[in-house]
Amino acid sequence: MHELPVTEGILRIAIEHAQKAGASRITDIHLVIGDLAGFVDDSIQFYFDMLTPGTLAEGAKLHFHRVATRLRCWECGHEFSPPERDWTCPQCGATGGEVLAGKEFYVESIEIE
Amino acid sequence: MERKRIPVVERILSANDRLAANNRERLQRHGITTINIMSSPGAGKTTLLLATIRALGETCKIGVIEGDVASQVDADKIAQAGVPVVQINTGGGCHLDATMVQQALEALPLDEIQLLFIENVGNLICPAGFDLGQDYNVALLSVPEGHDKPYKYPSMFEFVDVVLVTKTDLMPYMDFELAEFRRLVQGLNPRAPVIPLSARTGEGMEAWLEWLKTAVKGK
Repeated sequence: MHELPVTEGILRIAIEHAQKAGASRITDIHLVIGDLAGFVDDSIQFYFDMLTPGTLAEGAKLHFHRVATRLRCWECGHEFSPPERDWTCPQCGATGGEVLAGKEFYVESIEIE
Repeated sequence: MERKRIPVVERILSANDRLAANNRERLQRHGITTINIMSSPGAGKTTLLLATIRALGETCKIGVIEGDVASQVDADKIAQAGVPVVQINTGGGCHLDATMVQQALEALPLDEIQLLFIENVGNLICPAGFDLGQDYNVALLSVPEGHDKPYKYPSMFEFVDVVLVTKTDLMPYMDFELAEFRRLVQGLNPRAPVIPLSARTGEGMEAWLEWLKTAVKGK
């Protein structure tokens, strides 16, 4: 459910930029999705296949570039990528840190013909 | 035809972000402080709102937007408390978005409201991703849900301004470890105070009301 409006957003952005460039079709769409963004690749792909027939993006390939969560420890400043559900700093053992990466959620580029 | 790559770099939720910015500007024009309330279903959002409305009484003019997948049950309860309320039914949608809130604002007497609560759809995941135009974000976690939730739903606990632990009157019957919960929340989000309370017994409500008053003033 959640991924439907999101996929519509992806399609809107891709088509807008393709039209501006005078494309006859979109062949590839590159997405950047952080692990903390909470969106599922398969689900986006499912809605994408459903929404694209008859549009400039029909048959386009979706590329998911995943970005791992990256934190800076609140205590010692060490930067680390935590395993899922454990945000313990491997250097000093403190819990958590400032999120440096992992919340990304954007269309990075498109390829057109 | 030649194939070429076009850089885009546009946030996928940019359309929602724009509408949320419109909502925010409109609410600010009316001098309204807006608070987005989020939690799992059944954590006590509506009960907390009712207790808050009772406690603030005449001192603050409150309005409420109720978000639910279906039904008018929550809005009816709020209306009985004598506060202007609009029910949004998402029809299966798992979160509110800025368009829905924009429509709800049309139906509220904005000039008569100082403090607007938006009760989001019960869900610890999706509401965190969709800006509505609010000033503050509040997450509730009820004692029966367990203290281990922050790291299962990091994006929720990482971005909110305050975390309320609700139903503390159930503490004696549950294995909820408050100190551990605080440690986990602080690891994700050291800015957010953790306030334990029971809307049913009134325990801890004072601290929440204090936070609210500061939020309204601080805007």
